[in-house]
Amino acid sequence: MAEISDLPLASRLFLKAYPWRRIDPLPWSPLRKPLPEARLALVSTAGLVLPGQAPFDERVRGGDYSYREIPDDADVSTLIDSHRSGTYDHSGVQADPNVGFPLDRLHELGLRTNARHFSFMGSLTAPGRLVRETAPEAAEKLVADGVDAVLLIPI
Amino acid sequence: MCNQAVSLIAAELERRGIATVCVILLREIAERMRPPRALSVPFPLGYPLGRDPATQRKVIEEALALLEHPGPPPILEESGLRQR
Repeated sequence: MAEISDLPLASRLFLKAYPWRRIDPLPWSPLRKPLPEARLALVSTAGLVLPGQAPFDERVRGGDYSYREIPDDADVSTLIDSHRSGTYDHSGVQADPNVGFPLDRLHELGLRTNARHFSFMGSLTAPGRLVRETAPEAAEKLVADGVDAVLLIPI
Repeated sequence: MCNQAVSLIAAELERRGIATVCVILLREIAERMRPPRALSVPFPLGYPLGRDPATQRKVIEEALALLEHPGPPPILEESGLRQR
């Protein structure tokens, strides 16, 4: 299991002192229909982009809070790793992007997937603009698509 | 940081009526942040679903099963899988 105490000293000190945002009040939406009938979308923060999409920008202070839309019929093997974090081993996701964006796995399980999914870059030390701007925007798009459930994957 | 980002995005989705489940690599962060439904997995950073496709499918099935949890939140369950 990954634990903060296993990380390099600089990361450990930073994460121990970091003011993690407590989700309060805690929202709760029950699943409206049985899982096999539910429309499912994938949201990953593994920082993956399709060829032709702009990479996540390492120069944005506090982290690039934008997102990329990934179509359901995308070729996952072509996704490009543009996550800025050096705290994890990138070799797995670079060899098989399903490690961080498991769209092929969802299809193999026969799940009813949405026509689009969302890719974020999760190394956001200043997540205010994610909370105020891009997360609500992506969420509204998934509401408009009639999505019932979302699987969220960090890296 | 990724664990924080998925938790914050999940909250925005749940506020709009969409059920969510987060895979979580750093349990300590989920305990502090309280995403509505989360599965804590026994894998290193960089491998949220493990390394091989069969394990990845099992983790996804475990996570999706939490969508039918009756609540109340926060739900933070431990994966039954062992690290590979």
